[in-house]
Amino acid sequence: MLRDNTSKVVFIGGILIIAFGFFAPNWIVNQLMFGFSRALAILGLLVLWRTGLVSFGHAFYFGLGAYTVAILDIQLGVTDVFLRLFGGACLAGLAGFLVGFIMRNYRDIFFAMLNTAISMVLYGIIVKTESLGSTDGFAISLPTIFGVAPETKYPLFVVITVIAMVSALLVNFYLKTTVGRLTTPIRDNEIRVEYLGFSVAHAIHLKYTMSAILAGGAGALMAMSLGQVDPDSMINWTVSGELVFITILSGPGNVIAPFIGSLVFEVLRTYAFELAPHLWQLIVGGTFLTIIFFLPGGIWSLIVKFGRNKS
Amino acid sequence: MKKRFMTHALGMVAASALVFTGGIAQAKDSITIAVPSFLTGGAAGPFGIPAMNGAKMVADAINKGTLPAPYNTKGFGGASATLIELDEGGGATKQVAEYRNLVEKRNVDAIVGYISSGNCQALAPIAEELKQFTIFATCGTPRIFEEAPRKYVFRTMGHATSDNVAAAMYVKEKFPDMKGYTGINQNYAWGQDSWRDFDLTLKQIMPNSKASEKTQFPKIFAGQYGSEISAMSLDKADLIHTSFWGGDLEAFIFQGAARGLFKKKIGVMTVGGTAAYRLGKKLPDGLVLGARGPYGILVKDRKSVLNQWFVNTYKNIYGIYPSGPAYQYGQAILAAKIAYDKAGSDASNEQLADALRGITFESFSTTIEMKLGGGHQAATENGYGITKYDSDEGENVVTDVKFYPASCVLPPDGIDSVDWINGGMKGAKC
Repeated sequence: MLRDNTSKVVFIGGILIIAFGFFAPNWIVNQLMFGFSRALAILGLLVLWRTGLVSFGHAFYFGLGAYTVAILDIQLGVTDVFLRLFGGACLAGLAGFLVGFIMRNYRDIFFAMLNTAISMVLYGIIVKTESLGSTDGFAISLPTIFGVAPETKYPLFVVITVIAMVSALLVNFYLKTTVGRLTTPIRDNEIRVEYLGFSVAHAIHLKYTMSAILAGGAGALMAMSLGQVDPDSMINWTVSGELVFITILSGPGNVIAPFIGSLVFEVLRTYAFELAPHLWQLIVGGTFLTIIFFLPGGIWSLIVKFGRNKS
Repeated sequence: MKKRFMTHALGMVAASALVFTGGIAQAKDSITIAVPSFLTGGAAGPFGIPAMNGAKMVADAINKGTLPAPYNTKGFGGASATLIELDEGGGATKQVAEYRNLVEKRNVDAIVGYISSGNCQALAPIAEELKQFTIFATCGTPRIFEEAPRKYVFRTMGHATSDNVAAAMYVKEKFPDMKGYTGINQNYAWGQDSWRDFDLTLKQIMPNSKASEKTQFPKIFAGQYGSEISAMSLDKADLIHTSFWGGDLEAFIFQGAARGLFKKKIGVMTVGGTAAYRLGKKLPDGLVLGARGPYGILVKDRKSVLNQWFVNTYKNIYGIYPSGPAYQYGQAILAAKIAYDKAGSDASNEQLADALRGITFESFSTTIEMKLGGGHQAATENGYGITKYDSDEGENVVTDVKFYPASCVLPPDGIDSVDWINGGMKGAKC
């Protein structure tokens, strides 16, 4: 499982980043945490995208994960980071499994918009329900790790980085299995895949559920690293759009791409916000257009190109 | 990007090394104040931009020493301030991330601003965690200081309870025959809280009037209120309460006026002040208008030197009269000056907080007593007036302006707003 180059880079890179985080100032650790948390959701979208499916509503699962953490914290007093993560990912996965029965029958724009519709239903419910925090959302306490309440954010950062590594390795492994390889073939010709003896509906259902689990986990980790959830930042359609944006920014080439893409996005947005408070959306949007025009394969295609030139 | 990133990182290391080895406190020549406000999106025009303008104008005058006495000393404790403008849009969670950036990456000295209650509520615990001196300027929810005691967070205007209690008192005084009332409020925390406070207060002070069973709660930023307006036109209630703000409020006024809604019913608008100068002739006469305190159009004619300076300077620079948010941000910056003047430009966050806690000061339009929330939450008077278009001057004015003192419309320190209203507003001195 660890033999190919990608896995090695994930493994060594992860350890180096954990070491780097120990010496880095707080704000860089924060950016890494946000970037890696969000990257989990991108990892799921990458699998879907390779299959030719773009979901414009994965904030549904992202938000479900985040709000599960909030409810676990506030209603049940659960503080353990792994329990919270498990709760968020499982609930999102269950929802994804159920919704998947509908979604696996749709493609293209119908798939994208149905997902948006479902996410906006959850958004509407939360905004209108005072006991779910309405538009204000909830503050979330810093999680404990193995029963110990950490003084700084560094231990949480280590947990997030390790989870990110494990997820990247698992998805990388999955993409090499027979079912996992059924991505581009489904995109290119579903009928042929059926004639080969595979069920397209099952394959898509599996990938969809997987992406829901990953997005739920991402939301749960994001909620814990930010210490706050609210519907506008977690479930609104703009969040779904952001996830698609980062997926395109990253490129579908490799499981490492989402991590680089998320970090670039995080840094880009922070600096755009800082340098142009009135126009930051223009900078982010401009970058998006530039990527689509000049780098259709995303940032990853740059890395591939750079690697080829070198060797 | 990468190179920049690295230099920044190295710079941080070098800077922190300096801080740790330096040790000796020196009076600073300059400080940085971050001013978050809505710079993009629907709330920017009516709220964010006037707020930012107010903050910039006051900070500029303080840097130059041109504010009227007693604030005519130069600078913030002698230091001149650089304002960092920041967009408040994107949701509370994004603001939490940006707030951390402000403190940990950009090392600002003070943070003054915020309009959205959701943002303030999310940021108060973060400010406490990071021990960062922060003054909230405009946000309204009473929960910030009722939920937990704060050490580093202040708010220099009254909270939303006073808006709605004052509205109810004004209604009782001017429309004693009012038999029934209804409301249209956005279906989220702000709208729900506002309606609850207004409704509960009227139940106490006008027990003979009845709340409609069909109060309207459209979703925020809906923009279209046709069916709600029809429903309210048919309703027997003769008064409509709304806490709409910004673009939603303006849309509601246009659509309601076109259907003659405000000819049939009394409209009470708790945040109506921002629309007064923007809508001009299109604002119907006879609306009960509030500005979330003694700000904007309600106090335009107050003759104090500070107020005349504020109104005239603002009109000169920006071409229109200052609305509520401009006042609210201006006075929050003024509060920062007072804290720095008292504690010194090199003061720590603790010293700044100590300097502001519990004081009473003269702001541009009113006296501000920091006496609620353990000395962190301001108490000010609150008032309403009735709109009238002055065709000679070509602008809107308000008539029958009436202000209620802080002790009349706000609960005493330590008592939650809802409990206070339900308990018959004990201790209110009107």
